Amino acid sequence: MSNVEERVKKIVAEQLGVKEDIATDASFVDDLGADSLDTVELVMALEEEFECEIPDDEAEKITTVQQAIDYVEKNA
Amino acid sequence: MTKRRVVITGLGAVTPLANTVPETWDGIINGKSGISLIDSFDTAAFATKFGGVVRNFDITRYIEEKDAKRMDGFIHYGIAAGCQAIEDSGLEVTEANAERIGVAIGSGIGGITGIEDCYATYEKSGPRRISPFFVPGNIINMISGNLSIKYGLKGPNFAIVTACATGTHNIGDAARLIKYGDAEVMIAGGAERCTTSPTAMGGFIAAKALSRRNDDPQAASRPWDKDRDGFVLGDGSGVVVLEELAHAKKRGAKIYAEVVGYGMSGDAFHITTPSAGGEGAARCMKNALRDAGLNKDDIDYINAHGTSTPAGDIGETHAMKAALGAHAYKVAISSTKSMIGHLLGAAGGIETVLSVLSIKNQIAPPTLNLDNQDPECDLDYVPNSARNMKIDVAMSNSFGFGGTNGTLIFKRFD
Repeated sequence: MSNVEERVKKIVAEQLGVKEDIATDASFVDDLGADSLDTVELVMALEEEFECEIPDDEAEKITTVQQAIDYVEKNA
Repeated sequence: MTKRRVVITGLGAVTPLANTVPETWDGIINGKSGISLIDSFDTAAFATKFGGVVRNFDITRYIEEKDAKRMDGFIHYGIAAGCQAIEDSGLEVTEANAERIGVAIGSGIGGITGIEDCYATYEKSGPRRISPFFVPGNIINMISGNLSIKYGLKGPNFAIVTACATGTHNIGDAARLIKYGDAEVMIAGGAERCTTSPTAMGGFIAAKALSRRNDDPQAASRPWDKDRDGFVLGDGSGVVVLEELAHAKKRGAKIYAEVVGYGMSGDAFHITTPSAGGEGAARCMKNALRDAGLNKDDIDYINAHGTSTPAGDIGETHAMKAALGAHAYKVAISSTKSMIGHLLGAAGGIETVLSVLSIKNQIAPPTLNLDNQDPECDLDYVPNSARNMKIDVAMSNSFGFGGTNGTLIFKRFD
């Protein structure tokens, strides 16, 4: 597991209260039980962790763990 | 149509003494103090350094940690007391009854610690770091909202905010809703958490409302004692299940007591000082008596507002004499705030729980620390030791900033 993947999954687990292993292709809403407020806060936590600013229109496209990893690897 | 009657079928409590009803009641009748030094922030510069702090409380017994961390502690206390009350009542929420069960749990101040924390985040990191859970995690009606979601309660859902009369007004109005026919069951009460908030503590200190007896915090709340110097801020929650009598009987519910009277009034006098001679409070008690259809001498016990402030204790003493006449001298009166402090918006909730238990157990709780009675306060305040006595009818008073008053009357149910 890459360092970024590990850190993203840790944040997702904390934010969404997921205790089981998180699949890389998991959807925040469909698989991990997030609602619209959860996803906003999740993006904020990613920004904090990776010291970056994710614009709102980009944030809306991050709906799975893989998309979050890809975004961070490309931009952070 | 026959008059609908309302009974209490469930109790819940989180207090500075304990986080359940039985343990809290045990502490109350044994005259234990739940007051301690505040350790959630640095109190060095504060004139008052103590309060009724809730200890060893675990919200994850009631809700998921993920949800809990997005709410202020006052919501935690309210949810916990609400869950306890519902569980105690044995009420089962079904598709058939869900729309007839509502919630009315308020708070005087609400999520002030959460507001402080969010503002600190804003100052440090700017507006982009303000959580989307900030608003729903701190506004006052979110105990009612969260409990309705947890249990699927689809009846009336609201939260009255009237400072220290909050709990009483929520219970009184909720009982009226049942009487009027809007619901069969209401979960009602109040919750508060302010000892964790430097600005709340600072504000009450600035208003000269709090005791400054830092050298002996457990002796600080001393209603009607001549050495009292202000109230002691307390945290927690008191919630009851109110139920229409026939509904309760049909499901074989245990019945603690009946809610027979509810009165309100406004002082129209001053933002924080009670009206001269306790005039507003007296009208409130009279209104409750009239609503109950009871006589003055039917009252056996009063769980007084009794905050331990110099002016308030005299005002309420005058008010009890004005409302009850000569019978005021025969009534057993106590202030359970002497043990748990003043829970502000939760006070009427927890004091309803304790009044109902006084009837159920036929015990008047003591007024702790009443060592030298103020000559101006010359009634029977049950000093320092609980009293076994006949209690058929109990009254509970709550008075709040703004000159808002509420009185409830409970009757033994056989």
